[in-house]
Amino acid sequence: MGNISNEGLILACSAIGAGLAMIAGIGPGIGQGFAAGKGAEAVGRQPGAKGDITSTMLLGAAVAETTGIYGFVVALILMFANPLLSAYRSLGQ
Amino acid sequence: MITDGVLNSAVTILGTTKAISFDDKVLTYFDIGSLRFVITESILSMWLIMAVLIIFAVIVRMRLKNFKDEPSGFQNFVEMLVEGLDSFVGSTMGERHRRFTPYFGSLFLLILLSNLSGLFGLRPPTANYSVPLGLALITFFMTQYFGITSKGVKEYGKGFLEPMAPFVVLNVVGEIANPFSLSFRLFGNIVGGTILMGLYYAMLPWFLQIGIPSFLHAYLDVFAGVLQAFVFTMLSMIFVSGAFADE
Repeated sequence: MGNISNEGLILACSAIGAGLAMIAGIGPGIGQGFAAGKGAEAVGRQPGAKGDITSTMLLGAAVAETTGIYGFVVALILMFANPLLSAYRSLGQ
Repeated sequence: MITDGVLNSAVTILGTTKAISFDDKVLTYFDIGSLRFVITESILSMWLIMAVLIIFAVIVRMRLKNFKDEPSGFQNFVEMLVEGLDSFVGSTMGERHRRFTPYFGSLFLLILLSNLSGLFGLRPPTANYSVPLGLALITFFMTQYFGITSKGVKEYGKGFLEPMAPFVVLNVVGEIANPFSLSFRLFGNIVGGTILMGLYYAMLPWFLQIGIPSFLHAYLDVFAGVLQAFVFTMLSMIFVSGAFADE
């Protein structure tokens, strides 16, 4: 451990944090799968309303995606615009 | 943050390291007095999209007097567009809010063209957080304005005390969170697509860059772009029409 620089440690932990943030992808996966399953069920019961069902399902799926997108934005910030690293650098000055 | 141009990274693939950058490249800048105006790629593509929409509108206006009762060609396309947007607004907000068609129609077209501009090698303006945030704040202030004017200040304030007085904190936080969830949904989808495409083009050898990216473009730019433009407009319409008093 002695030869890891402080900045290297921050970068490594940020990478792990970005990976952990993407666990948020589980929720939308389940939610969208649920929406698609219910949509398929509804089309099976009422094939005539296929257009309405599809647009409602896509809207619901896109809204369910929001929490996953939050996790994704956090991961992006940690990887590409690291606030922890700049905070550490400004501490040193 | 991401908009400040520090969106850089380096990838190592097949033994060679490449620096890749997803930031908004600064094209040029000029000084007026002590103020520095920076022109970035996003600003350029935003102005191009605005120019396309304005020129389209001017062409339609100029050809309007030649339109006949039996539509053909160009007139068919314009009528389809206007009727489609009008029925989109009418079916989502209810018939009595059809007067919002000009605003939400142009909002939809602006976001749609912004999201699709990635196909033409431009940087989508919606991948710059200031654009989605600005559009979401318009929706937020419209919601508050129409809530106050249609219900009256007293009734509007009472809406925050539902179902009980202590819930006022939750209601205020929920109201303020709306523009952020609305804008992050659009921003995250588009910037994610931009970064994935950038990584694909930067990392893989040339023979994988022929043909195959078109499937990625079809999903990330066309499908996600159209869907997010649709969702953003639809949720804005639901927020605004929900602010009105019941009849």
